[in-house]
Amino acid sequence: MTETILGWWGVPLAILGGAIRASTPYLFVSLGECLTEKSGRTNLGQEGNLVLGAMTAYAVSYLSGSPWLGVFAAGCTGMLLGLLHAWVCQFKKVNDIAVGIALMLFGIGVAFFFGKPYIQPTAPHLPAIGFGNWSDIPQVRAALEINVLFLFGLLLAPLLSWVLSSTRWGLMLRTVGDSSDAADALGFSVNRVRMVATMIGGFLAGVGGAFLSLYYPGSWNEGLSSGQGLIAVALVVFARWDPMRCLYAALLFGGAGALGPALQSVGFSSGYYLFNAAPYVLTLILMIVTCSPQRTLAGVPGELSITK
Amino acid sequence: MTAEALTSPYQSATALEVINLCKSFGALRVLDNISFQLQRGSFHALLGGNGAGKSTLVKCIMGYYHADEGSVLIGNHEREINNTRDAHQHGLGMVYQHFTLVPEMTVLENLVLSRSPIPKIINWQKEKQHLESLMAEMPFQIPLHKKASALAAGEKQKVEILKQLFLQPEILILDEPTSVLTPQEADEVLDMLKEWTRSKNLSVLIITHKFREVMNFADDVSILRRGKLTYSGPLAEKTPAMLAELMVGNEEIASTGARELAIKGDIRLDIHQLVASNDSGTVAVDGISLKLHGGEILGIAGVSGNGQSELVQVLSGQRSPDSGDIRVFGETYTASREEMARHKLYCLPEEPLRNACVPRMNLVENLALRIFDQPRYTRWRWFLNRQALKAHALKLIDRYHVRPPEPERWIETLSGGNVQRLVLAREISGEVDLLITANPCFGLDFAATAEIRRQLMEVRNRGVAVLLVSEDLDELLELSDRIAVIFEGQLRYEAPIAQANMDEIGLKMAGH
Repeated sequence: MTETILGWWGVPLAILGGAIRASTPYLFVSLGECLTEKSGRTNLGQEGNLVLGAMTAYAVSYLSGSPWLGVFAAGCTGMLLGLLHAWVCQFKKVNDIAVGIALMLFGIGVAFFFGKPYIQPTAPHLPAIGFGNWSDIPQVRAALEINVLFLFGLLLAPLLSWVLSSTRWGLMLRTVGDSSDAADALGFSVNRVRMVATMIGGFLAGVGGAFLSLYYPGSWNEGLSSGQGLIAVALVVFARWDPMRCLYAALLFGGAGALGPALQSVGFSSGYYLFNAAPYVLTLILMIVTCSPQRTLAGVPGELSITK
Repeated sequence: MTAEALTSPYQSATALEVINLCKSFGALRVLDNISFQLQRGSFHALLGGNGAGKSTLVKCIMGYYHADEGSVLIGNHEREINNTRDAHQHGLGMVYQHFTLVPEMTVLENLVLSRSPIPKIINWQKEKQHLESLMAEMPFQIPLHKKASALAAGEKQKVEILKQLFLQPEILILDEPTSVLTPQEADEVLDMLKEWTRSKNLSVLIITHKFREVMNFADDVSILRRGKLTYSGPLAEKTPAMLAELMVGNEEIASTGARELAIKGDIRLDIHQLVASNDSGTVAVDGISLKLHGGEILGIAGVSGNGQSELVQVLSGQRSPDSGDIRVFGETYTASREEMARHKLYCLPEEPLRNACVPRMNLVENLALRIFDQPRYTRWRWFLNRQALKAHALKLIDRYHVRPPEPERWIETLSGGNVQRLVLAREISGEVDLLITANPCFGLDFAATAEIRRQLMEVRNRGVAVLLVSEDLDELLELSDRIAVIFEGQLRYEAPIAQANMDEIGLKMAGH
């Protein structure tokens, strides 16, 4: 009956709910990548961190019974891969993009290898808070059922923004990312700052992975991420390396991802797969629109290898 | 501080003393037994040609490099300085030749960044008030909210100096701080520093190769020649000619060559209302119009960052213009390879290794870039004739004295002067009707500079139209037939060289 009450209004509502639900991994990966790129390195290994994080979180949650321990373990594996990336990249003439791709494949491979036994069993999930419990309409309840990790992400974006603008560490990070000459002249250790930034970035990507396997879609399988880690890297470019804009961009991408299921829920199912491709199409469009051979992007960290 | 020190800086204690300093890079001895003293509260100039070891010397003092032998005394105590942090702690500050500002940060952020230590959490309101009050004491003002990348070169240099002054060092070392300033701006900055040596007992060690500045401001002078100290002591009674001799010794310097009386030729380059944007999308060339005749050198003066690079890039085909009209020999010119070859237009851009060479190709290949598709250097049209190309390269290498004369070498392994000579050889050895050149002598030593200038004058005497964009006023005054000033993408002044007024040019360069 409620179906008929809402009718087509169910679509924007479902998109809103989907945006909140599906944006969380984008949000964590892009915040992590934003931090890493602000330090002057691109870590394409974030996709590997995401997948490995998803597997680790699921396995640890299943074995220990505590999803939060799973989240923490996922972050730690991300941090380890981040450390590996930073360690390899500190050597001269090493290209961070190539290392990132290698680590992406490595992370995914390791996750598939150790993840086989965990495809069947069910692990305890992360809790969600029902902000929509005041309503009788199930769609409203479903849309406003918000996971705790998303709330953390919501707080993390302004926190990172503040850290980057108003702390010694943030200033150091931006200096290293923008001009290693200036950093040298000031006596900052470029490699150490980048290492820390890449490790924190990896940690956040791992946490994003935990959300995938422990909340939405909520199980571990090999097609879980389908490139969300890479999309999140592209999203950082779109967000112009600003954590707050990463938040908005993540919501936009999450919403685009929810378009297909939302339309299906109101019975509009033709072109289902086409609508499911919305995030990829959106990525492509944004990349084309924001890039120009005539000018460089505003706000891009000067040390990033893509801009050199 | 004693009363004596205040009244008479000459007899006061030494602020800094260097004893028997030696430094080698591989087999090359860059600094050979250098000893000198910097008197407290004095303005001390360090002179020397390119590669004389000036920068290496101050970098050894600052702990950037580790000296092989010798010691550095600060205030009569021997100090071990291993990095710039140590140097700061001992009251040393340095303004580098290259900018060390963070381009994406505002002036305010850059200045806070140089505080030592940087506060863990920054109260921007408080920092801003503090810096504004300090700025009020300065002879010049820089807007704190501007991004460093949006500052003109002169402003950047001022911020670099401010950064050091806010740290209140006792000794300030400056590496060619005035190279990007107009003469008036340079005087302003040097005046202030000189004033501070008197009022605040600051000791200044300044690297320069502008005699005018040395004569007007220095108390003492030290002169390096090929890693050896040829003089250190009071400036008193030294004339610029004596300084020059101490700098270069008895080396033969090629003279520029006479300017032959040439009949003003036809109009070869005609630019009308050219507009072009820079990499960040803002207008850099803002409606430039000029006409260039055969047999003349048109010099374009200006402080770097006023649209010169973009103008040259448009003419050399590295950037497409937003609007405007460029005509070469009356025909529309779009900087295609075919047009360049047809009109015999050649280009010697700034930083030729980056702008006109493929660093990891050898000399033969780099010399072939303009001609490899001409019938005489190909076989059956589609294949390179390597023999012909190599013969061509050997001829040019010999004629233009490129060292070492090894055609199979990667060009990036050559020194700056030799890269410049090689590119010059490629661009002007054949038939040329139009030559575009930017800062052709930047970073070259005396002899190489004189050689390149002689070549340019010779090209002009052959009847070629030369557009010379340069930041070096002396170079422009020496070579140009006409001189124009570019400021914020517009030409602000134009005069035949005989009527050019140095003061007015300086003022126009600063936008007055």
